[in-house]
Amino acid sequence: MLLGLLGSAPAIHAEPLFESGRLLATTGVSQIEGAGGGGLVPWAVITGYGTRDAVGGNVHGTVVRTGNYTLATVGVAAGLYDRVELSYARQWLDTRETGRSLGLGAGYTFHQDVFGAKVRLFGDIVYDQASYLPQVAVGVQYKVNNRHDVLRAVGAKSDRGADFYLSATKLVLDQSLLLNGTIRLTRANQLGILGFGGDRNDGYRPEIEVSAALLLSRTIAVGAEYRTKPDNLRFARESDWFDAFVAYFPTKNASFTLAYVNLGSIAGRKNQSGVYLSGQLGF
Amino acid sequence: MNGERTVPSARHFLVIASLLLGDGAYAASLFDDIGGEAKLARVVDSMVARSLADPRIRDVFDNTNIDRFTRHLNGQLCEVAGGSCRYTGQTMAGSHAHLGLRMRDMNAVVEHLRDAMEENGVPFRVQNRLLALLAPMQRDIVTK
Repeated sequence: MLLGLLGSAPAIHAEPLFESGRLLATTGVSQIEGAGGGGLVPWAVITGYGTRDAVGGNVHGTVVRTGNYTLATVGVAAGLYDRVELSYARQWLDTRETGRSLGLGAGYTFHQDVFGAKVRLFGDIVYDQASYLPQVAVGVQYKVNNRHDVLRAVGAKSDRGADFYLSATKLVLDQSLLLNGTIRLTRANQLGILGFGGDRNDGYRPEIEVSAALLLSRTIAVGAEYRTKPDNLRFARESDWFDAFVAYFPTKNASFTLAYVNLGSIAGRKNQSGVYLSGQLGF
Repeated sequence: MNGERTVPSARHFLVIASLLLGDGAYAASLFDDIGGEAKLARVVDSMVARSLADPRIRDVFDNTNIDRFTRHLNGQLCEVAGGSCRYTGQTMAGSHAHLGLRMRDMNAVVEHLRDAMEENGVPFRVQNRLLALLAPMQRDIVTK
């Protein structure tokens, strides 16, 4: 009888490594440090469209232009079996004309490499609809900045450092609403662009990062995010960050995010607000 | 309460009616919002046709009586959405245990259900309310 049951099973196909089997837009986009999530905040979702039986990957590019600065990121990320995410992002902050008045020279640019890893601990944002259980992940972002001497000059204690975060993401599907809360332990000044630790505060601080998104259709979500930031340097205040975004997912191979961002005060220039534009290509 | 006049809407009456009649009346509103029995039947037919035409999952239905499957699917979605039908088929675990389905198989069928609802004019937010009620069945449907 057991053989009879086996006889009625469907034909066995070779298991594909790449199958883009997850549902459209349930993967988030790429956040500013290269991890899967919103525009500014890492979420508990694993990037890429591979289900737990497969892998996915993508590349992304982001440009943020405020009154005095341009922040850009390009990166690559992989999602393995909906369990582990690995990412690498290269960031740069171009001080444009402000570089001159900072004594660095016009167009002075900071570079930073961000190596990220994330592990989904439990939960499934799509299918855990009958409980309050969120999808939860822990992650690390190891950051290395290239401007050692300037960072020392502004009061930072180090040119490299690691952020550690815990994210809980919940899709309340019957309200078409996604919510995320992230706690990040960090010493990074302005994501690490102005170094790590400082002459005002030096230790690790917990920062809170939240996102909320409304699914308007299969392909479009709108939302907002808020990140608290440390304030480690005497020479310039650091502000919390805010963005309001529209994310568009025409297919599983591409997504685009447009946002208004308010980054507050950066290296002594206040009210740094402007446009955020990001694109992701992958599977 | 602050002196503003609010114009009563259909939703106000629905909420009051549900309070008077109990949970059943309000739950029935998803079934109504989908469009009732005739609309659901068209959605299910479309979903089944799309699934049978999908090379990724077509094999799953090789040993399935499609008419019976369609009838049970109608009954189940109707019941889950608060309609007055009753699902009389096997448990989800019982009917799916031997199929060895993976997450991508379930997601493929969900996509076909979405396509079928969209094709029949079911609003996106209403689609999500139905999918939210079906989501917990994933545990019994996906066995690999």
